[in-house]
Amino acid sequence: MLNYQAPLDRAFQALADPARRVMVERLARGPASVSELAEPLDMTLSAVVQHLAVLEASGLVRSQKVGRVRTCRIEPQALHGAERWIAARRASWQRNLDRLGEFLAETEDQPKRRRKT
Amino acid sequence: MSKHTAVHGTFALERTFPSAPERVFQAFADPKAKARWFAAPADWEQSRGKMEFKVGGKEHMSGAPPGQQQHVFDATYLDIVLNQRIVYVYEMHIGAAKISVSLATIEFTPAGKGTRLVMTEQGVFLDGYDDAGSRERGTKGLLDQLEAALR
Repeated sequence: MLNYQAPLDRAFQALADPARRVMVERLARGPASVSELAEPLDMTLSAVVQHLAVLEASGLVRSQKVGRVRTCRIEPQALHGAERWIAARRASWQRNLDRLGEFLAETEDQPKRRRKT
Repeated sequence: MSKHTAVHGTFALERTFPSAPERVFQAFADPKAKARWFAAPADWEQSRGKMEFKVGGKEHMSGAPPGQQQHVFDATYLDIVLNQRIVYVYEMHIGAAKISVSLATIEFTPAGKGTRLVMTEQGVFLDGYDDAGSRERGTKGLLDQLEAALR
């Protein structure tokens, strides 16, 4: 039995950081060098390299050094079908629980209609 | 696809609501209340079958994202403890393909005046689910989904 939970957790963790999301969004538009990735971010190049290491460990991004330039690209196959499906189930539950919270808040004010169950 | 695979996955979500466990439980137990929040995304065309909230009872829902195949949800309730626990098994189909079979456990515990809800899903994901739609939307769509899941 394979357990796909670990890579999914790593992907979630990798994307939990706003700077890393900026990097991934940039890479979603096409490959970029480390300095291009660092451009919109208010941080040192070495901090960017550390974030890049987290993204690479998560499997979402890979990079390759040619000469003196390290080029990064998104890894679209990072999440297998099953992982995408788990992510979709999870997202769907999050959405429904958000709505449940809204529903409870909306109906809280209404006169209580006690139900005997 | 000729390759048959079975991949197992588990996840759990936890929420705390300011409402009492009786009210939160009721939102799962009463079909009219549940229809208010347990639904497919707003832009889906969806339909809802009967819902029998009792052990052995069934629930059926289906819906399709715009221009895509029908997603079908079929559940059977296996265990119900009033205001405390709900366990059901459900299968999902996309078009003719059975995509997954999952066991869902919802636990309600009092948290002050409110309720702590823990939702655990254990599933088997069949034959390498291939969401053509999400692939077309590309990596960005996937990341949106992951971000949504993080919220």
